[in-house]
Amino acid sequence: MEINKKKEKDVLVVSVSGRIDAVTAPDFEKNLSESIGDGEKTFLIKMNQLEYISSAGLRSILAIAKVLKTREGKMVFSELHGPVKDVFKISGFGSIFTIYDTEEDALKQC
Amino acid sequence: MDDNVQNIVVLAHLSSLQKSVAFVSSFTRNLGFDSRRLSEIELCVEEVLVNIFNYAYPGESGEVEISCRSGPEGTLTIEIVDSGIPFNILSSDDPDISASIDERHIGGLGIYFVKQLMDRVEYRRENNKNILSMINNSTDMSRPVDK
Repeated sequence: MEINKKKEKDVLVVSVSGRIDAVTAPDFEKNLSESIGDGEKTFLIKMNQLEYISSAGLRSILAIAKVLKTREGKMVFSELHGPVKDVFKISGFGSIFTIYDTEEDALKQC
Repeated sequence: MDDNVQNIVVLAHLSSLQKSVAFVSSFTRNLGFDSRRLSEIELCVEEVLVNIFNYAYPGESGEVEISCRSGPEGTLTIEIVDSGIPFNILSSDDPDISASIDERHIGGLGIYFVKQLMDRVEYRRENNKNILSMINNSTDMSRPVDK
């Protein structure tokens, strides 16, 4: 798993590639928690290069989303595809989170 | 196709996860399952294993045996065996997948994936072992995931 971050106005765009499994999920969560600690409030998680996510990854996403909510922040997603899209759908995460087709669409709405 | 069986035994610890998934993945790929199905199988293997790693051997170490078998017409059977505390994943409750972020609990989601994605799942307790079998038909017979 690799994480790249860039700032677009008030939005922290987090591109995550590779696999978020039970081994890598804690790193993902820690990385995003650090950004929350730095004062970031709006996160766009870009998943066009994410190949795989398991329930451990969803657990981390939910944990981060809950913290953000208490700070009046939010987390949205873009470019889900393949197995990641399926996992979001089956888990109901596709309904509780806002998902955009492109980064551009997401940034317009954030 | 003749029956072909391969197995590995790993320590019931998170450090065994990637090796175990790679083992199943490589066996499955050789049977001609497509990449989407391969991912679903990897996911279910991870979910079952992580559950065992976390809960089967409280306070002690243990092992997990994973075997893959290809049967007639390309059927794939993945059997995961541990000697830990009795646990039938099929008896667990499904999570509430419509709950909001605040109300949402993550527990049970991994097992829910297994129930949803595998063609057939069977559990038995035998000789003090938990034996879980996940059976999948070949790619041509797989149903699409659209729920």
